[in-house]
Amino acid sequence: MATVKMPQLGETVTEGTVGRWLKKVGEAVAKYEPLLEVETDKVASEIPSPFAGTLTKILVEEGTTVPVGAAVCEIGEAGAAPAPRSSEPVASAAPASTPQPVTSNGERTISDRPQVATPDGVRYSPVVRRLAREHRLDLRQLSGSGRGGRVTAKDVLHHVESGAARFSPAAQTAASISAPAPMERVTPAAAHVKPVPVAPPAEGDTTVRVTQMRKTIAEHMVLSKTTIPHAWSMVEADLTDLVKWREREKEAFKTREGVNLTYLPVVILAVCAALREFPMVNATWAGDKIIVRKQINVGIAVDIEDGLVVPVIKDADHMSLSGVARKIVDLAGKARNRKLTLEEMSDGTITVDNTGALGSIASYPIINPPQAAIITTEAIVKRPWVVNDAIAIRSIMNLCLSLDHRVLDGSVASRFLQSVKHRLETFTGSP
Amino acid sequence: MVVKTVLEGVRDAIHDEMKRDPRVFIMGEDVGPRGNVFLITKGFLEEFGRDRVIDTPLAEASIVGVAVGAAMMGMRPIAEIQFADFIYPAYNQIVGEAAKIRYRTAGGNTCPLVIRTPYGGGVRGALSHSVSVEALFYHVPGLKICVPSTPADAQGMLTSAIRDEDPVLFLEHKRTYRLIKGDVPDGDFTVPIGKADVARPGKDLSVITYGLMRHFAVEAAEKVATEGIDAEVIDLRSIRPMDRAAILDSVRKTRRVLIVHEDQKFGGVGAEVSAIIAEEALFELDAPIRRVCGPDVPAMGYAKEYEEAFMPSPDRIAGAMRELAEF
Repeated sequence: MATVKMPQLGETVTEGTVGRWLKKVGEAVAKYEPLLEVETDKVASEIPSPFAGTLTKILVEEGTTVPVGAAVCEIGEAGAAPAPRSSEPVASAAPASTPQPVTSNGERTISDRPQVATPDGVRYSPVVRRLAREHRLDLRQLSGSGRGGRVTAKDVLHHVESGAARFSPAAQTAASISAPAPMERVTPAAAHVKPVPVAPPAEGDTTVRVTQMRKTIAEHMVLSKTTIPHAWSMVEADLTDLVKWREREKEAFKTREGVNLTYLPVVILAVCAALREFPMVNATWAGDKIIVRKQINVGIAVDIEDGLVVPVIKDADHMSLSGVARKIVDLAGKARNRKLTLEEMSDGTITVDNTGALGSIASYPIINPPQAAIITTEAIVKRPWVVNDAIAIRSIMNLCLSLDHRVLDGSVASRFLQSVKHRLETFTGSP
Repeated sequence: MVVKTVLEGVRDAIHDEMKRDPRVFIMGEDVGPRGNVFLITKGFLEEFGRDRVIDTPLAEASIVGVAVGAAMMGMRPIAEIQFADFIYPAYNQIVGEAAKIRYRTAGGNTCPLVIRTPYGGGVRGALSHSVSVEALFYHVPGLKICVPSTPADAQGMLTSAIRDEDPVLFLEHKRTYRLIKGDVPDGDFTVPIGKADVARPGKDLSVITYGLMRHFAVEAAEKVATEGIDAEVIDLRSIRPMDRAAILDSVRKTRRVLIVHEDQKFGGVGAEVSAIIAEEALFELDAPIRRVCGPDVPAMGYAKEYEEAFMPSPDRIAGAMRELAEF
């Protein structure tokens, strides 16, 4: 009999949620055959079986979160009988009572026990743990000013205010700070918001389990809408020439580059060029200062089965049209197959959301913190349009922008939007 | 505004309430011709007469017992215990009777009684003129306990206490009587019972204190301020009811707590303050709660060294502030 343990999916990740069991108890499993799906933050990964044999016992139920290294199931020799039902799954309770890893001979091991939080016996005060959780910080990255180098609450707050803390999934190690008691597991912004009373499900209602991804999306949305004062603006861009250009070029492009020529990479390049003109849009509010990012990393929203992910095109301003087009196809494919790495979803500095793909003509997007802006490309629609005091039929697209009003005022945002619009309207193949 | 001492604040509150309300009277040892041992009621006998300024025998149980009866019959007695050290014979009347009357009569009777007494050390009062008694009473529901430390609070809270429908134990720190001077509003004013006061705002740590220690804590805070430590001083002013919100607000702001009281540490008021913080604000704390209190010895000795060893001093408080800020 062998035990399968919760794998470490990323170097700062300390726990994982069992999303789905791909094998049933009693079923045979080949070595490297997908055994279960594990969710961490936004990534869901299939975990291959490290052994061949029969799944004899599931120790962690779907939807339960356990620390890295905790035993999740047992695999016996081929044809082994399932373990008796009487021994109920151990880890249906809170993470604090998660099973210790068990070696194949049943002994509890100390060495590969999940690392909960305090390397080198460092102790954190309750408020430091709470702040780290709320701001999703890895406390090991901070230097302490307290006695013996202890990290104090002020150290954490200074760190947050300095903008050093990034809301990247890779920073999702706050949970590593403590084995959190259930009562502590409050979403960051929920602390400031009174929950609306919810009537229990009535007959005919159904409930949907909140996946790790939904939870993360929810936390980010609440955080964004409760901490960032959003302002909104929209411009109309006449893309008639761009549409004609694409019609002309798309066959050759497909043959040459192997991917379809869409409008999105054109918009991304126009946004990059406009960002270089108005760098304040590529920025982060950091409390006592605004950090203007040099790198331009463009997040693109990709719909997937049960949610939405935002992979990031790093240094998009240095890429060619075909480079961006290929990167979009690559990232979107990985997103749909749930193969994105944490790195591929980190460090975005602005987001472009192609809402027009779903037919929308205007949206009010929510900023992806800690970015300062998000821009949407709406559907291109043929409309009667006044050109040189005559009415013509033109292809019009709306560009919508939500901005962090702490970082930007309307004038900069409007000029930025005008710049994007102008670049698209006068596009000649190299924006 | 007029500058008064704490003693003058106490005297004016009693005087003005006796003038305003004929039901108010004072009784106690030496309150008559002697005018109280601190001269608080000097001239009262001449102004208000023997029926309202009553000298009593040395019998504290009787002083409070008579006052409880008078209060139940509609009077507004002020029972004075000459020194808090002598209050023990009256414990049964205060705890067993006065505090329970409203409950025992299902609200049919109230006991609008004020028991005033000077307490505390630092005046070379030795074993029987130095004690702090608040911890012996603050466990008792039905009793309100005031510990003002400024002239305005003394006058305003004593006025509130006399007008209150329930028994109030009014503790006056005798060291503050003539030591502490301050502005007091003119005319009729009250300070509510149950509201703490921010004696000094700060952001690095919170000192929760009351009585004479409020002044020592502010002095210590000014001292460490020159070293870059910004301490907030919360003067509880009232021990029961206790202003939990003020305590928690300050803790949420500074995340570090120092509790200072002159009364002995074990089971003192600081124990309850710590428990409130631990129960309601654990996840705000960045350091263990600290207490600077009197030592767990039976009494404050007469010798200067004994007294100094017992009384928390501004220096000791400043030392604890530094350690807490550094943690």
